[in-house]
Amino acid sequence: MYKYNDFDSAFVASRNAQFRSQVERRVDGSLTEDEFKPLRLMNGLYLQLHAYMLRVAIPYGTLNGARMRKLAEIADRWDKGYGHFTTRQNIQYNWPILSDVPDMLDALAEVEMHAIQTSGNTIRNVTSDHFAGAAADEIEDPRPVAELLRQWSTDHPEFQFLPRKFKIAVTGSPNDRAVTKAHDIGLRMVRNDAGEPGFEVIVGGGLGRTPMVGKVLTPFLPKADLLPYCEAIVSVYNLLGRRDNKYKARIKITVHENGLDKIRELVEARFKTLRAEFAGNDQKLLAEIEEHFAAPAYKSAPADAYQAYYDADPVFRSWADTNLDAHKNDDYAIVTVSIKAHGQTPGDASSDQMRVMADLAEQYGHDELRISHQQNVILPHVHKSDLPAVHEALKAVGLATANLGLISDIIACPGMDYCALATARSIPVAQQIAIRFDELKLEHDIGELQIKISGCINACGHHHVGHIGILGLDRAGVENYQITLGGDATETAAIGERAGPGFAYDEIVPAIERLVLGYLDLRNDAEETFIEAYQRLGAEPFKAVLYPDDRKRNAA
Amino acid sequence: MSRTFKPKVVTANALIEGDVVYLTADDRWTRTHAEAELITTEERAAIRLSFGEAQDGIVVGVYLADAIASENGPQPIHFREEFRAVGPSNYNHGKQAEQANV
Repeated sequence: MYKYNDFDSAFVASRNAQFRSQVERRVDGSLTEDEFKPLRLMNGLYLQLHAYMLRVAIPYGTLNGARMRKLAEIADRWDKGYGHFTTRQNIQYNWPILSDVPDMLDALAEVEMHAIQTSGNTIRNVTSDHFAGAAADEIEDPRPVAELLRQWSTDHPEFQFLPRKFKIAVTGSPNDRAVTKAHDIGLRMVRNDAGEPGFEVIVGGGLGRTPMVGKVLTPFLPKADLLPYCEAIVSVYNLLGRRDNKYKARIKITVHENGLDKIRELVEARFKTLRAEFAGNDQKLLAEIEEHFAAPAYKSAPADAYQAYYDADPVFRSWADTNLDAHKNDDYAIVTVSIKAHGQTPGDASSDQMRVMADLAEQYGHDELRISHQQNVILPHVHKSDLPAVHEALKAVGLATANLGLISDIIACPGMDYCALATARSIPVAQQIAIRFDELKLEHDIGELQIKISGCINACGHHHVGHIGILGLDRAGVENYQITLGGDATETAAIGERAGPGFAYDEIVPAIERLVLGYLDLRNDAEETFIEAYQRLGAEPFKAVLYPDDRKRNAA
Repeated sequence: MSRTFKPKVVTANALIEGDVVYLTADDRWTRTHAEAELITTEERAAIRLSFGEAQDGIVVGVYLADAIASENGPQPIHFREEFRAVGPSNYNHGKQAEQANV
């Protein structure tokens, strides 16, 4: 894991001191809200529906035990004993008091964390594959590149006032777990014909009110060219992007309006200048960063106990079948800890749960933790012989739900329970869907299915790329939920298609139930997933089960 | 004009805690929706809004929200204002928890 150098520590300390002074001046009346608001947003502090909200960056989703334990301590000391992990691998505290926030930021700095650039029209937290450094399908660990991008983008003077916010995601695997095609810049590691690693550079993806799948700017960029190339993209966007209309300011619109060819031409021209100016210093820095990300010293021990436990304990077996993924070391597994027990708020973890995950990381996981954009927590390196002990410890604090990738593993934004921008609630819809399918005992029979819920058009809940997407809207003063079908968040990204008229708050869970039970009737066999059945059959049979009355009307 | 005016309350968030507050008829900021002044004319609404906005050292984000009279004082109309008056639906946090303790 990256360790701050003296420069990093001094930078964060000075920003925290500045913010402490700004808060004091706001409280004593020297600063008006108009003056203070941009300053607090630069430090991740929003004012939401019921309270302030502090958004803390978790760089590329990577934590260790000490950091997770500090997040728990902050939750206990200055919030309500829990934190909310988001789809951009951040953690949000929903109840901080303005005058406490400087202390919270100082506490974060103790473990080399901060909330800088988690808001505003800047380059936000660089996100990555939550299996980075562990995945069996990985070409290279993408985190050194993500850290390089983080250092470059943090406080970059040219990019503090972009036309709009800017999000970068990077994955080291051809199988995209970081939704790179829904980012302003998506970087997907691939090999060229000579077998050398490089990046497919995707630009202009995004969700929100104008969802677009990113376009390939270059199919193969040599790894060494990455930073000047990214700077060239942001630099072109900074000048070309629209500032006259907030809703047309993201780079997806710039690409759409100017055309990919023109963007490519401008980027290539700028890149030539920048690469010469960088003069290879970025590569020297990258080499230093890479030393921080050495693979753990894997232990060599027999893994037989795992198989015996697997055969003997059906609860463990069910969890192992859903929550484990293949590790690059055959004796190891990647553990995804579901923080989505049925009926719980997706993405929330209590301070006690955080401490247990911190302990497990230190004891069994080479002191590594990851946060996924799917709002779960990952122990990326667990030796198979330790899995039973890890499972037992998780079970004791309600973290052993065997539902990864299943219908209750729902992404949900905070929605109108917290967010000032929301037009409807998301959390209770997610809770009720999870509870309903748990009651029906159908979750494992239904199999792989991604439901993603957003409480407004800004799509923090990624509803556009859910197999089933749910968008909460305000229709004439009542909550109304639109369903989209057929979205895909992977390297074959697709925007879901709207199924038809929306459903009232008390109709949305029954509608999802109809839809999913309808899928069970429509699928070829138990092996055909929801999305496969949808791709085979198209939207019509699914719409027919969603809107049975329409069918009757049409038949009449 | 006043005939078609929908009654309103002045609402904001407290500067330090961020908690939702409402302007009362006697110029206080209350945490309880029912204690808010129910404004029934457009002229009064403009006066009370600008009074609220001037209190930048106490409250943030002042605006007018539709409300309706009831036996127990003004009640919110829109569901967003109902949530603001109560708290989130997933935990017993915010106003619902504080008011239960009173």
